[in-house]
Amino acid sequence: MTIRLTTAATAIALLIGASGALGNDKPTDPQIAHIAYTAGLLDIEAAKQAIATSKNKTVVEFAESMLRDHETVNTQALDLVKKLNVTPEDNDTSKSLSQAAESKRQELAKLEGAAFDKAYIEQEVAYHKQVNGALETLLIPSAQNAELKSLLETGLKLFRGHQQHAEHVAAELK
Amino acid sequence: MFASRAAIVLLSVGAAGIAAPSQAETILVAIDRLVYSPAEVDARVGDEIEWINKDVLVHTATVKGGAEVLLPAKKSGRLVLKEAGSFDYTCRYHPNMKGRVTVRP
Repeated sequence: MTIRLTTAATAIALLIGASGALGNDKPTDPQIAHIAYTAGLLDIEAAKQAIATSKNKTVVEFAESMLRDHETVNTQALDLVKKLNVTPEDNDTSKSLSQAAESKRQELAKLEGAAFDKAYIEQEVAYHKQVNGALETLLIPSAQNAELKSLLETGLKLFRGHQQHAEHVAAELK
Repeated sequence: MFASRAAIVLLSVGAAGIAAPSQAETILVAIDRLVYSPAEVDARVGDEIEWINKDVLVHTATVKGGAEVLLPAKKSGRLVLKEAGSFDYTCRYHPNMKGRVTVRP
């Protein structure tokens, strides 16, 4: 229960942080690229932690699919920014995402077995929900370059799939 | 008596007509940006579905509690339809991908 509340609180704080940090200004394409890449990287790190910690076959398989998909998308994102000659630009949203992920990583590091599995999967549901919300309401509408926008749109479809996958695994763990 | 025998003969001719082997088909379903296309296909027992995965992501075509075809990135996979019925399938890794195969006898 404590974990669930913390997760929810983190997600809400991040959402407020995300819009607050950028104020009324829309993020630029270099910032959007940085945020999207960072969000993927953080989920890759969470997946690696889960693969190393979990003994649950379903949870490990889920984490492996996160690792695989996010690495693929981030490779595409890097190829695109290179092609467009855009240098991703660090920003407050990327920073707050990274900070929240680091504190979650430390929190999960104290857990093992079923408690770890449950906390990791619930975090994955919350994290994808949060990232999808940001993509839908802020990042996609703000993107100027058509190719970047298209990659983000495919990303949203993919991450909605991840969210549902995580929800299915969460239901299975109960 | 004659009439019923004639009916039986007709029936067996009819049955033979239906049982005559029809050419099994391969039905193509593309996967592009997490969408099965066409999402719904009609087939007959003995036909084969070939899913062509154009994405750089690994997908599957999975019937809940039934068959599963693994579709590696940029590869295709096949399934011969052995049973009549209507089968909803999804991708194991991306459950928001949805398709249906209706198999007639």
